[in-house]
Amino acid sequence: MNIIEFTLLVWVSSLLAGFVGSLTGLGGGIIITPLLTLALGVDIRYAIGATLVSVIATSSGAAAAYVREGLSNIRIGMFLEIATTLGAVGGALLASRISTGAISIVFGLVLAYSAYASSRPRRERVGDCRPDPLATRLKMNGSYPTPDGLKGYCPHAVPTGFSMMFGAGILSGLLGIGSGAVKVIAMDQAMGLPFKVSTTTSNFMIGVTAAASAGVYLSRGYIDPGLAMPVMLGVVAGSLAGARVLTQAKTRWLRLVFGLVIAILAIEMIYHGLTGRL
Amino acid sequence: MANRVRPWTDQYVEEWIGNLLRTGVTLAAAVVLFGGSLYLARHGYAAPQYHVFVGEPTDLRTISGIIKEVLAFRGRGLIQLGLLLLIATPVARVAFSVAAFAIQRDRLYVVVTLIVLAILIYSLTGGHA
Repeated sequence: MNIIEFTLLVWVSSLLAGFVGSLTGLGGGIIITPLLTLALGVDIRYAIGATLVSVIATSSGAAAAYVREGLSNIRIGMFLEIATTLGAVGGALLASRISTGAISIVFGLVLAYSAYASSRPRRERVGDCRPDPLATRLKMNGSYPTPDGLKGYCPHAVPTGFSMMFGAGILSGLLGIGSGAVKVIAMDQAMGLPFKVSTTTSNFMIGVTAAASAGVYLSRGYIDPGLAMPVMLGVVAGSLAGARVLTQAKTRWLRLVFGLVIAILAIEMIYHGLTGRL
Repeated sequence: MANRVRPWTDQYVEEWIGNLLRTGVTLAAAVVLFGGSLYLARHGYAAPQYHVFVGEPTDLRTISGIIKEVLAFRGRGLIQLGLLLLIATPVARVAFSVAAFAIQRDRLYVVVTLIVLAILIYSLTGGHA
């Protein structure tokens, strides 16, 4: 296989990953690294470098659409980005200090968690909204458009959310992923934000978090232009196409299938990490 | 709300940010595509070597090195420039937010945003190496 064939193969895989990732809302980045390492035998450090770059592209592209709809909360995002960017720099520095086998195992565990999270039903919380003093001081209370008009929300448990975001940042820097699943949990479960606000704000934050580790990756030589080029162009094209055909109706079984694929990749990554075949 | 000084309403700022992000990604993708075509045209028939990690050469790791490669019109350097533009897009977004919060006289969030910007600049300028 020469470079042209290899590039085409990576491009097509990334296109598919970006397409399905955008339809299911899970992001394509999370399956590209396993695909590159398991199927194409790429060293995991090159794979996470290339994926991280594509994560910035999809996040920025999607965020452009969401901020216009007034769904994401810029203040909450910005405040929590202190935690995610600090974590991301730390995670990226950590990535060069631990073995590729260990990275692979952590990657597998995060994949397994994402598969589990994607299988759970999404429910919008309803009910009371008592402003939390700290959240109010940080001007985090807001409202978002729903079919029944603007609805208010008041986040709480800011310190818990902040700590979880630091963890999300570490994972993002260590594995070159957006770790959107952890970010959504922090905002949706811990801070009590509406699901839609959580997912769109998370998406908004992913690009900044990834940019924080990208600097470290670049200077460590993890970002290979020949590999990052087809990954980035493929994921961007795929997620744009995905966003265009996005219809809520058929995503249910698609999420299920994608969740299953992720679960299989998770087992593979853990197995390869343990047997030291990466 | 007192902090919504027109015309710099949150809505206006959000639209600006949306445009900024879109432009950054489009520009980055165009540069990567151009550099990638050059790279494939020149080295497309060689064998890919990603099985063993050796790390990138110094010229593809630093901003000054990448600029040198771009001036020499090398494909890989041009791709790396596109990737730098992509990384710079969220950084520009944060920098823009500092200005937007400052105009809204939201001192608390000017400080918050400046902290984020400082972390990003620390990472990108290689202060950790």
